[in-house]
Amino acid sequence: MIKSIKTWILVVLASSLLVACGQGGGGAGSKKSKTLDNTKKAGFVKCGVSQGLPGFSNADASGNWTGIDVDVCRAVAAAVLGDADKVKYTPLSAKERFTALTSGEIDVLARNTTWTLSRDADIGLTFVGVNFYDGQGFMVRKNSGINSVNDFKDGISACTNTGTTTELNMRDFFNSKNIKYEPIAFEKADEVVQAYDAGRCDTYTTDKSGLAAQRTKLSAPDDHKVLPETISKEPLGPVVRQGDSVWEDIVRWSLNTMIEAEEYGVNSSNASSLKDSDNPAIKRLVGAEGELGAAFGLDNDWSLRIIEQVGNYGESYKKHIADTNILPNRGPNELWTKGGILYVPPAR
Amino acid sequence: MNFKNFKFDLSNKNKDLIPQVLTILFIVLVIIYFTINAQNNMGNRGISFGFGFLSQESSFDITFSLIDYDGSHSYARAFLVGLLNTILVSAIGIFFATILGVTIGIARLSQNYLIAKTAEWYVEIFRNIPLILQIFFWYFAALRALPLTVDSINFYDISFLNVKGWYVPKFIWTNFSLFLYSVIFSFILIFFVSKYAKKQRDEFGKQIPTLYISLAILFVLPLLTFLLGGVSLSFQIPELNQLSKTVYVYKGGVSIIPELISLALALSMYTATFIAENVRAGILGVNKGQKEAAASIGLTKAQILKLVVMPQALRIIIPPTTNQYLNLTKNSSLAAAIAYPDIVLVFAGTALMQTGRAIEIISITMLTYLSLSLSISVFMNWYNKKMAIKEK
Repeated sequence: MIKSIKTWILVVLASSLLVACGQGGGGAGSKKSKTLDNTKKAGFVKCGVSQGLPGFSNADASGNWTGIDVDVCRAVAAAVLGDADKVKYTPLSAKERFTALTSGEIDVLARNTTWTLSRDADIGLTFVGVNFYDGQGFMVRKNSGINSVNDFKDGISACTNTGTTTELNMRDFFNSKNIKYEPIAFEKADEVVQAYDAGRCDTYTTDKSGLAAQRTKLSAPDDHKVLPETISKEPLGPVVRQGDSVWEDIVRWSLNTMIEAEEYGVNSSNASSLKDSDNPAIKRLVGAEGELGAAFGLDNDWSLRIIEQVGNYGESYKKHIADTNILPNRGPNELWTKGGILYVPPAR
Repeated sequence: MNFKNFKFDLSNKNKDLIPQVLTILFIVLVIIYFTINAQNNMGNRGISFGFGFLSQESSFDITFSLIDYDGSHSYARAFLVGLLNTILVSAIGIFFATILGVTIGIARLSQNYLIAKTAEWYVEIFRNIPLILQIFFWYFAALRALPLTVDSINFYDISFLNVKGWYVPKFIWTNFSLFLYSVIFSFILIFFVSKYAKKQRDEFGKQIPTLYISLAILFVLPLLTFLLGGVSLSFQIPELNQLSKTVYVYKGGVSIIPELISLALALSMYTATFIAENVRAGILGVNKGQKEAAASIGLTKAQILKLVVMPQALRIIIPPTTNQYLNLTKNSSLAAAIAYPDIVLVFAGTALMQTGRAIEIISITMLTYLSLSLSISVFMNWYNKKMAIKEK
């Protein structure tokens, strides 16, 4: 009996030691980036993506992820680890995404997430930029006789995803029009598509890019149309945890590099040959001038690797969104120099 | 201090006590560690902790609610809506699972080959398919099979079934409270009548037809309120409305959403298989001699089941069936998959997302399920005690 008591005391002592160690390791970050160190140690970037949204983040039959959100993570991996393929993707529902990020399960959230004040300020997140300007719209059946949101009447049922800004915008919209509606909110996008397809609801509402992408999953995509009106602003962009400003800067400037590269006509095929360009801005982009990488503890070729391995924003958009016929027209997602609103601070 | 007199007493009592105290200490330490760790991490990431959000405006709507609710109400009210919806689907599920389970359980022991085999197949099929798949099956199969609103299945022009739900007439009462009081009063009266009847039977051996008297009371008293008390009831029958060229909707009446129907269906059909097995075990657990003795004094088969077998079988059936009721209640959290607005979808889903208060909301939700389950347990334990054989 005495022996067993001794064992107990030993177990308790050992566990309190463990507790002490655990607390020692949990201190606040210094100037160095803990996330960057951990990423280098692990050898891959931990990236949170959607559970399947064509054009943004979607896995093919063999499990390869593609899309413009995926490209943000690939750019970070290229900058930090030198290889765009060194990314571990975690598919997340709208509900899980922020908890996964704040708890450290992922380090970058690139999952068509709308930048809002409360998300940015309240729940320990930092939005680093916008990689897609979107707006919420409605999809209806072509034969429904509904041609505009003004044709909606009391009693209409609307399917959407739960845990999204969509759910809130929908309420604002119908309330402002004084229409009584039936909201049906599913956890996963695939179930929304199925329920809408079966006729459970009269309209399907989410971001317009999402509508265009999900329409391809319907049994007869041509029988449906997206209404012209946009009822909200949805700037979608990558998110990081609050409190690691170095990591935040790396993700922000990885995205900015892709957009700036398009602006200066630097793409995956010509990037390395532009090292001796006459334009200093281009030279900085391909790492031939300045010491920009040092600011985040990276080498000077970080941006060149992004452009070479992932491509510029235009290439990424064309490959994933235009060529797949999701949204052939770039609309607001065109460069500011070409009439869009894509405008990033200069890399210098 | 005088250590000479101190004697470490290792009597049996202490020997048993020390490991227990240490275990509790260990558990408390672990909990403290996790709490401090979570607080540190949340502090580092600028996340605040608190329940103040519960009184904020929720600003999202819910499809189906038993109480008055819209997005201008608070998160606390949204929580209540979710909780009531969870209780509703669990109660419906438990009700039908019990009826179905008892029927199938008895059917499995039937002498009739066809009935017994059908019951056996039912149990084997529905017990062995994961519940979430059954929920998806009933939901999406039903959605695909049901007609669009305009071609609804029509029940005598008062009730309509279509892909958007089952529309039934709404009861419009006047002076409903009077009617309610009369029903409550009837039950109190019935209670005294049955007490009196029991006394008459026990003391004088007189048989009083309690059932007929009770039914009469329950029928006549409320009827009087209609005739004399000014209570009246009318029905609002759902009407088809056209919203646009091909979009129709029923208005008026009560709509039972397909999410509720399919979830309740899946939960009760799944849980019924387990209850059926409990019932079968309970009946088989009653000594054969009991049935033979009952038969020898001329009781019919139905009487044997009702008067001799079931009272004894219940003792075996109730405890495992309590588990099944608890399982059903907890399984109702799978509702989120098919958009039934239960507490998980509404509170641990939408509300969590909108506020970002993961720790607070998940703790509240866990505590809620815990209280729900404990309440069911307490009730079933009480019922079990009541049903247990009382040694005389």
